[in-house]
Amino acid sequence: MTDPSAPGLEVRRPMAAGRAIRRSAWTVTIVGLLGALLVVEKLVHPALNVFDMQSLVDGALPLCLAAMAQTAVVLSGGIDLSVGPMMSLVNVVSALLMTHATSGQAVLIALGVVAAVVAAGALTGAVIVATGVPDIIVTLATGFVWGGLALHVMPIPGGAAPAGFAALMTGQLGSVPSGLVVIVAALAFLWEPVHRSPAGLALYAVGSNRAAAYLSGVAVGRARVAAYALGGAFAALGGLALTASTTNGNAASGTSYTLTSVAATVLGGVSLVGGRGGMIGPVAAALLLTLINTLLTFEGVDPNFSLVVQGAIVVLVVMVAGLVLVRRRGA
Amino acid sequence: MRRHLTPAMNLLEVRGVSKRYGAVVALRSASLTVAPAEVHALLGANGAGKSTLVKILTGVIRPDAGTIEMGGRPVHLTSPASAPGAGLAAVFQDPSLVPDLTVRQNLRLTGADSAAVRRWLAAMDLRVDEDDLVGDLPLPLLRMLDLARALAREPRLLILDEITAALPADLVERVFLVIRQWREHGRSVLFISHRLVEVRTICDRATVLRDGADVGTLTLAERTEQHIVALMLGPMATSDDAPCPVGPDTGPQPEAAAPDRASAASEARLLLEARGLAMSGALRGVSFSLRAGEILGIAALEGQGQDALFDCLAGNRRADAGEIRVAGRVLAPRSPYDAIRAGVVLVPADRAHALLPQRSARENIALPLYNRATRWGLIDLRGEGTRAGAAIARLAIDTRAQRQVRRMSGGNQQKVVVARWVAAGFRVVLCFDPTRGIDVGTKRQIHRLLRDLAGAGAAVLLFTSELPEIALVCDRVLALYEGRIVHELPAQAADEATLLRLVHGLVREEPVG
Ligand SMILES: Nc1ncnc2c1ncn2[C@@H]1O[C@H](COP(=O)(O)OP(=O)(O)OP(=O)(O)O)[C@@H](O)[C@H]1O
Ligand SMILES: [Mg+2]
Repeated sequence: MTDPSAPGLEVRRPMAAGRAIRRSAWTVTIVGLLGALLVVEKLVHPALNVFDMQSLVDGALPLCLAAMAQTAVVLSGGIDLSVGPMMSLVNVVSALLMTHATSGQAVLIALGVVAAVVAAGALTGAVIVATGVPDIIVTLATGFVWGGLALHVMPIPGGAAPAGFAALMTGQLGSVPSGLVVIVAALAFLWEPVHRSPAGLALYAVGSNRAAAYLSGVAVGRARVAAYALGGAFAALGGLALTASTTNGNAASGTSYTLTSVAATVLGGVSLVGGRGGMIGPVAAALLLTLINTLLTFEGVDPNFSLVVQGAIVVLVVMVAGLVLVRRRGA
Repeated sequence: MRRHLTPAMNLLEVRGVSKRYGAVVALRSASLTVAPAEVHALLGANGAGKSTLVKILTGVIRPDAGTIEMGGRPVHLTSPASAPGAGLAAVFQDPSLVPDLTVRQNLRLTGADSAAVRRWLAAMDLRVDEDDLVGDLPLPLLRMLDLARALAREPRLLILDEITAALPADLVERVFLVIRQWREHGRSVLFISHRLVEVRTICDRATVLRDGADVGTLTLAERTEQHIVALMLGPMATSDDAPCPVGPDTGPQPEAAAPDRASAASEARLLLEARGLAMSGALRGVSFSLRAGEILGIAALEGQGQDALFDCLAGNRRADAGEIRVAGRVLAPRSPYDAIRAGVVLVPADRAHALLPQRSARENIALPLYNRATRWGLIDLRGEGTRAGAAIARLAIDTRAQRQVRRMSGGNQQKVVVARWVAAGFRVVLCFDPTRGIDVGTKRQIHRLLRDLAGAGAAVLLFTSELPEIALVCDRVLALYEGRIVHELPAQAADEATLLRLVHGLVREEPVG
């Protein structure tokens, strides 16, 4: 096993084949957990269709996108506390603009909104990089700004979305829930190109060790701004998903997503200090959290208590994973 | 007039470069010239400004004043990414590989030609699995990888900031091999090291920095070591003492230690015993004992189990088998906390693991004190302050940038790690390369400190990658090879040649312990 010419330099490790699996173990576990829960529920309540893919995906879509927004930023070593308010703002603005629009116009409006939010994300990132003020403080502040703007635009719920647009995100495409198509498309056309490009590498690098990344010649500032811009794109889609599923605008609609997106990110195996994790894990975690919520509601559990359960699950999973990691290190 | 000194035009010309951070002057005015096909040393005590100059040369930071020319053309770098374009590439003192990316991804990140990197690694007789996460690789291998990556850029001037500090003897040889080849191809190297022996072996000329300014450039072959050290340390050094004040049985002996240390130690109390320590793949039954007042050296090449040995003694990892006793009591530490409570403390290999980079030097030193007496009460700031202050004075820590440890020079950070245990007290100190990156003056102070600590009744286990250190400070030495102790000998007999043979496993089969 050891090379005679360099006895000490071979790294002790398990077989290389197992390595890829080991590195994505967390994602595999979360996806497995989700699958298991779906199967169990189908077995226990065979007659019920409350738990079918369609309603699960529709309910989970905003959280999935919020989790992706959060993940993009967290991977780069930041955190975005403005994800929820931004989704609210997108929700009210798009609902207002779409009130009398045709579906075709609604799509154009949606594209415009996404572009604007990407710019806002980039601006947030630029402020963080330029001022050196910690991410958590800047995004807390911008969160207040977006939340306030949302209330200003629409003090009481209102607006509308054309049915065609709603169906685009919450309907069905063939026999597949279109929400699933949105998620897969967001992964395939927004995340993967970045993930595979030098920009994606830079994003992970600045999250892992900013000083080393800088010494390696990475444009650290640019990478961090790009992460916030990408997060903006996902947050905008999340806000549009809210518009599509409720077909109206409500300035409070996104509020809860800031913290649940962090929960899904952590549950999805992304390191909160950055640099480690992927995008599939958080999406699966978002689906898992939504599914648990639906199940508890169906079983007649007090909705307030179901939040307790969600929190406990996040803590439990992260704790178990932590212990497994410690074991492996200590071995 | 410069033409008189060097046959051709200078490759690098630095004139009057300065840099300050608020009130801290990192560089006052540094000038330096490097000729083509020259290996040029940059010398200076900890905090003299060497790394600052390297960072300025590679565009990591910008100078406040001064000019830099490469091959007669002025260079104005704005970021590290622009350094290769100017013909410069550096291996920095701090690791510059990103831990959560694989080796392959790290190479892609810098746009390095991975085929060239592989060729250089092969030339140095190293193999790296490119799918390994950088964070899983041992520090010496990372340094070599960093070197290969810099070489692959084909710079006209290669800058090596203390690359050898973390390397064992055999790897240092391979680095030298590459440097010589590099020079034969007409290229230059700027070489920084606190090991004068290395500097004299590989370098042609040297420029000495003191307090941020250059105080002389000299041809190494023409100057004695004393001369160079005096130039580095300044006038105060001459009042200090002879070249090696802490040789065996010389120098100030603390009262507890009798003239013949070895025999005195044999009667002293056993403080640390290891019996058959084993850890999968790394340790295969290591046994030894260490008495109060004794300094036991561990000599080994890279990766012979010394990391595992120190880790399990310090409670970072658990051994699969074997027993550790501290002052007769069994110690099975589940964490460093347990070990520290038993009085066993560690000066780790990688200081980054031991320091809180954003906190002050004093807080870093006082950290273990928080564990004590006032566990549930307020922190005794006064008591903490005096102990930390005393440790800072004892190790001559340069406190100019002490508000945040990460801003201190590498050597001064290392001193903070050592100072912590001087302030806190202990029974057994495990020192893993404690003088890594520490300048010659302070190195002596640390040697003397270790002797004093032993003299006061502590036991010291010392691994050092600098083999001559062993004869200088230790009482006994164990040679570790492939996870086993292959030989034990008194330090007086441990000259470098003997040790080199032993660490390569060249020993008649009569394992000790
Ligand atoms: N970012 C910073 N902020 C404040 N002071 C700094 C900063 N960086 C370096 N310094 C100070 O500049 C001085 C020179 O540091 P430098 O790292 O160049 O020393 P060095 O010669 O490389 O020392 P060593 O041999 O210990 O590595 C030190 O006093 C250091 O504390
Ligand atoms: Mg330095």
